[in-house]
Amino acid sequence: MSIRKSLKLALLAGALALGAVTQAQAQQQEQFFPLQSYRVGPYAAGGTGFFGGFIDYLNLVNTREGGVGGVKLTWEEGETQYEVERGVEVYERLKTHPGIATWNPLSVGIAYALLDRVTADKVPLITINHGRTDTTDGRVFKYIFPLLLNPYSETSGIVNYIGSKEGSLDKLKGKKIVVLYHGSPYGKETIPIYELLAKKYGFTVQQIEVPHPGNEQQSQWLSIRRAKPDYVVLRGWGVMNPVALKTAQKVGFPADHIVGNVWSNSEEDVIPAGDAAKGYVAITTVAAGAQYPVIQDITKQLYEQGKGNLQDHKRIGSVYHNLGVLNGILNVEAIRIAQAKFGKRTLTGDEVRWGLENLKIDQARAAALGAKGLFHSINVSWDNHEGDGLVAFQQWDGSKWKVVSDWIAPDWKLLRPIIEKSSLAYAKEKNLKVRKSIDD
Amino acid sequence: MNTAVSSTAASSPVGGPLPGTLSGLQRWPVWVTPLAGLIIAYGLIPWLATDYWFDAILIPFLALSLAAVGLNLLTGYAGQLSLGSAAFMAVGAFAAYNFNLRLPGLPLLVSMVLAGGVATLVGVAFGLPSLRLRGFYLAVSTLAAQFFVQWALTKFGWFSNNNASGVIDAPRLVVAGLAFDTPVLRYVFALSIVSVLTALVWRLVHTPTGHHFIAIRDNELAARVTGVPVLRTKLLAFAISSFVIGVAGVLWGFVYLRTVEPAGFNLDRSFQILFIIIIGGLSSIRGAFLGAALIVVFPLLLSRLGQFLFGGWFDSGVLDLSQRIVLGLAIVGFLIAEPQGLVALWSRALARIERLLARRSRAPAQTTS
Repeated sequence: MSIRKSLKLALLAGALALGAVTQAQAQQQEQFFPLQSYRVGPYAAGGTGFFGGFIDYLNLVNTREGGVGGVKLTWEEGETQYEVERGVEVYERLKTHPGIATWNPLSVGIAYALLDRVTADKVPLITINHGRTDTTDGRVFKYIFPLLLNPYSETSGIVNYIGSKEGSLDKLKGKKIVVLYHGSPYGKETIPIYELLAKKYGFTVQQIEVPHPGNEQQSQWLSIRRAKPDYVVLRGWGVMNPVALKTAQKVGFPADHIVGNVWSNSEEDVIPAGDAAKGYVAITTVAAGAQYPVIQDITKQLYEQGKGNLQDHKRIGSVYHNLGVLNGILNVEAIRIAQAKFGKRTLTGDEVRWGLENLKIDQARAAALGAKGLFHSINVSWDNHEGDGLVAFQQWDGSKWKVVSDWIAPDWKLLRPIIEKSSLAYAKEKNLKVRKSIDD
Repeated sequence: MNTAVSSTAASSPVGGPLPGTLSGLQRWPVWVTPLAGLIIAYGLIPWLATDYWFDAILIPFLALSLAAVGLNLLTGYAGQLSLGSAAFMAVGAFAAYNFNLRLPGLPLLVSMVLAGGVATLVGVAFGLPSLRLRGFYLAVSTLAAQFFVQWALTKFGWFSNNNASGVIDAPRLVVAGLAFDTPVLRYVFALSIVSVLTALVWRLVHTPTGHHFIAIRDNELAARVTGVPVLRTKLLAFAISSFVIGVAGVLWGFVYLRTVEPAGFNLDRSFQILFIIIIGGLSSIRGAFLGAALIVVFPLLLSRLGQFLFGGWFDSGVLDLSQRIVLGLAIVGFLIAEPQGLVALWSRALARIERLLARRSRAPAQTTS
């Protein structure tokens, strides 16, 4: 009995050791993605969709091409529930893993906590469509990338859209806009820029906070009804969005005068609201739908083989899922670009940072990647970490999103000086050197 | 009038002027265990632990332990139930940030002490209802502190230097030209602050003032009759407790997260600290440390174990939810089995070892005689 037991133990130990050895060998040619995901908690819909799409794309690249330039993509998830402490714990847990490419926490709070940490560890941090606005200035924030759309650009895009609905931006004079924002670092990020645009275009703005998580908004919508605004901008997140749409219907505010921001634009935001969401318009950087070749590939090569990440296959091609896929595309292309310079091997975080700072995907390249129409283009440089992403507006018709505008550009010229002022103040406060070129 | 409520806290048997001095342990001076702890913490852990241990486990453990020591002074010793601990932590963190920002050249330690001072003022202000309210009623009134502080910090941009997101960046930890930049150094920094404050609190509970705290907890009327200045003592308990918790908030913000947002100091955190002292053992300083260790380490252990055993089958979300269930069950089970907290368990284990040793040393003597 005891001999058998010890034999068993020895076998187990041997197997473990073997596992460790093979893992160590495999790590030679791996690029690792630590994922601070959230699959439970109030923001699980965003977390499962986004990280599902991200993992699906990494998986697709592995399945289709055996990785990037022969380097296999690997990942490991740590649950954060969108909470900062948990995000930090996961960061500290996974940061020693060899070959980390980038961090993608999908949470402004966690991104803030990681700012100093990733800079010290020299690994890029990507906050696609969100993040801290002044990190756009790559001269100061070398390792932070609010790719495609920072919060100020989003605000400018929304105001431009409302202007175009009224006829032109001059017509905004005397109008009233209410911004209903999520009570979190993410939600508050755009408060000053709405004030500034209101002054510039002569409309009045009233900003109302909805405390996290936002499943009770009766009093906020009663104030909105009293204020009688021309438009309401919904800067929501998670459960706050369907509740806002439903409460708007209750107080009689028309859905087609509510404009959602880039985190209030998913199927998960409108479907639970039922017919209250019909006619609701939201900004987006990524189109919904499964008809794009890259999503088709994911369906055929992963989901039909039982290897897809989403449990609910109806969510394939939803906004969050497509955004996750797009995030995957941007990450993988940055690695590809960096590999062209540094060689086809596991790259360091700093080398991936170089790739991100040279990340240029025009429409032809997007088409080659099977993502034509999924998004427009991106053009990142060492001092512009956002990359001139274009936005479009989509309207919910009760069953699907329909794009109702062209791809339009935010007013970068107006925003850049504000961003630089803020980033230089940060550099001064932190005693940072302002970079003069990509090699700094 | 409401003695029933306050006497529930009084019935905690480990409470007393000298916690841990069970009859069997008389031969060990009281300072032996803390000293051994300090030797391990300063001499051994910096060489053994990894960065992950410092940044993700030990530093939050130290910050929460300190907060629990502070709350224990108020709730465990003085018997005033408070649900506002996270608010006082937030006050400390934001005050230290503002002192540091607005008074350039102010040494970090001074701004930490000043921050503790601000937390003290806020604590005394919210402690005023304790002069008229007791037990659950007081707990509810400290909830007001919890909500008011969070609201004020969010509402007035001045507190976060008008940062758009309301999130503040912690300054670098520099004391007398020495920068605490690496995980080990940060750990040593937090450890030193926690040790000093804990030693002061430990000293305090052995002074007449500390005895007054206990007298008020055990029977306020009797304390008043025997000449304890009840009002002054209660406010003093709030003041000192808030000071300690405020400094713990500075550690949490500056040393652990290195960024602070008001939402991080929500009601959940207040409950967490309350659970720490309940699980660790009320009116016991080492209980705060034991409880904090359990609350910080146990979820991580479960998460690692879950990932190791079931990582292939379940996604991180399912694992996380099941962890919560296990943690909850473990706490309920533990409280049923050992309502006096970890510290009672600890004392019993020590006593047993002591008895064992005593029997061993006696046994050979008996055989020879």
